[in-house]
Amino acid sequence: MPGSTPASLSAELPTRPATAAPAKTPRFSPGLEAWRRFRRHKLAVASAVILLVMIVAIAFGPLVWRVPINEIDFTAKLEGPTLAHPFGTDDLGQDVLARLLYGGRISMAVGLCAMLVAALVGVLVGAVAGMSRGTVDAILMWLADLFLSLPQLPLLLLVIYLFRDALKAVFGPEGGIFIMIVIVIGGLRWMPVARLVRAQILSLREKEFVEAARALGASKMRQVVRHILPNALGPVIVAGTIDVAAAIISESTLSFLGLGFPPDVPTWGRVLFDAKDYLDIAPHWAMFPGAAIFLAVLSINFIGDGLRDALDPRRVL
Amino acid sequence: MSRQYLIRRLLIAIPSLLGISVVLFCVLALAPGDPFGELVTNPAIPPEVAAALRAKFGLDDPVWTRYVHWLMAMLQGDWGFSFVSRMNVDKLILQRLPTTLVVIGAAQLLAIVVALPVGVLAATRPYSVFDQVANTLAFIGFSLPTFFTGLLLILVFSIKLDWLPFVFRDDINATGLQWLWEQVKQSIMPVTVLGLFQGASLVRFVRSAVLDVVRLDYVTTARSKGIGEGKVVVKHVVRTALIPVVTLVALQMPIVFGGAIVTEQIFRIPGIGSLLISSILANDTPVVMGVTFVFACLVVLFNLIADVLYAWLDPRIAFR
Repeated sequence: MPGSTPASLSAELPTRPATAAPAKTPRFSPGLEAWRRFRRHKLAVASAVILLVMIVAIAFGPLVWRVPINEIDFTAKLEGPTLAHPFGTDDLGQDVLARLLYGGRISMAVGLCAMLVAALVGVLVGAVAGMSRGTVDAILMWLADLFLSLPQLPLLLLVIYLFRDALKAVFGPEGGIFIMIVIVIGGLRWMPVARLVRAQILSLREKEFVEAARALGASKMRQVVRHILPNALGPVIVAGTIDVAAAIISESTLSFLGLGFPPDVPTWGRVLFDAKDYLDIAPHWAMFPGAAIFLAVLSINFIGDGLRDALDPRRVL
Repeated sequence: MSRQYLIRRLLIAIPSLLGISVVLFCVLALAPGDPFGELVTNPAIPPEVAAALRAKFGLDDPVWTRYVHWLMAMLQGDWGFSFVSRMNVDKLILQRLPTTLVVIGAAQLLAIVVALPVGVLAATRPYSVFDQVANTLAFIGFSLPTFFTGLLLILVFSIKLDWLPFVFRDDINATGLQWLWEQVKQSIMPVTVLGLFQGASLVRFVRSAVLDVVRLDYVTTARSKGIGEGKVVVKHVVRTALIPVVTLVALQMPIVFGGAIVTEQIFRIPGIGSLLISSILANDTPVVMGVTFVFACLVVLFNLIADVLYAWLDPRIAFR
């Protein structure tokens, strides 16, 4: 963010009461202002900390906790949490903590990539629909409505059922299913972003600053990319944040139904799927991955809520 | 509500159904693998017989003719034959559909019964302790994935406390009240899982809809006429606030069906959701297609119902 250096802030603060009386608050850059608003949402800040801890854990955890994820040890199977295995072991004696740390990388990566796909398609469709009035706009919005009324999980299952083997042959069992899940989840979640971007463009397009750009001869592309989209970014970021949570849930659901990643890729949903038949003798095995999914999704949702407050300039806080 | 509006709304549903069928057909047509693939590689079958079979079933026709043929077959109820269950797909689905609808319906009812009062109470006391607690609980509610809540409930109520059965049984050996009691007992957990998940997002919808309405002038007018607070809220505020909520509930239907599939799978409820999963695992393509199509039709149907309700709640809509 330009001009968001703390030095200028501390320099401005003492002079505030002496100078301009009508401007009651010191001037902040947009980024700092958003951060100031975000901090007021206590739960969002706490969630950001929790999410950060989780991300650090899955990013660096496997480097510190060097237990292999697939070391089979039948003498230690279905053990509850102990010092050697803080999260217990599964039915093959594999360390649950190591598996969750590794699986978290995949679950989070799926969430992020699916969000990027959804945001990209959404911004593209929304921008095209918003800038071209008439038939193209009508068709694209009809398409968005159509996709909104598709039953997502059944369709997701259908696509995976039909294309699973073909992609596996091209990209390998892990890469194939990763690409497919990301594309399908992303491809079924672009509609809200598209509608948001279109609505923003419809209103921003008539504003004076865009008109000025138009008068100066800016091409449509430049108007959108340089002038309109930066101003429409707030709601898109919020929607994108919530999409990450939704994509994580979708991926976990697929894996939980046994139709996501193969068994040797321990995503959180997959671990839960393996654990559900041992609920009575080894409840810890299901609780830890479930709690991980829940914590990740909850904190991302709260962060989205905090960002909604922070990025809406009309909101007085 | 005029009949004209109903007919118009029904006509609008047709293109969306057609659109959904096109999407489904495209997925099917683009999918690799061919129903007669095995015949081609099978050396016992001469190539001319395989070609004749392909021609007979229209596999070499242009895509749009195949689509029309497929759509006609679907419309006439000719949905194929399930190789696993040894019966026609439409019969199989019809057998399973009522269970799913009962579970989803009960869950929706539970969601509304919980969410409506909580949402209204939270909105009439904005930023109070109750509002904040309700809001936080709602966030937790829709961040808890249904498969995890299901397992948690099973762990607590079936395994630890042994109060409720965790496998849904279709063949209960009892009659009369005893049968009803067993049904209720085995439905409690699935309905709770689905209902609370749905209710959590509903609370937020209701709250923001009521918040939008309570500030309007006509509510102040109603109060200044001396109408009691309870009556103002129930008769004046809630009825208006419900209008957008109805649409949002209909838009949530695809998510509800997703939740229903997971719930049916966890509790082994013999509905179309678990049928879908078991057919996918058994490679039973006609059933997979049929169930997906039924889910799509149900979504369109619920959107239709929502629009009709919408026009009943707000008569202006029908005259637009």
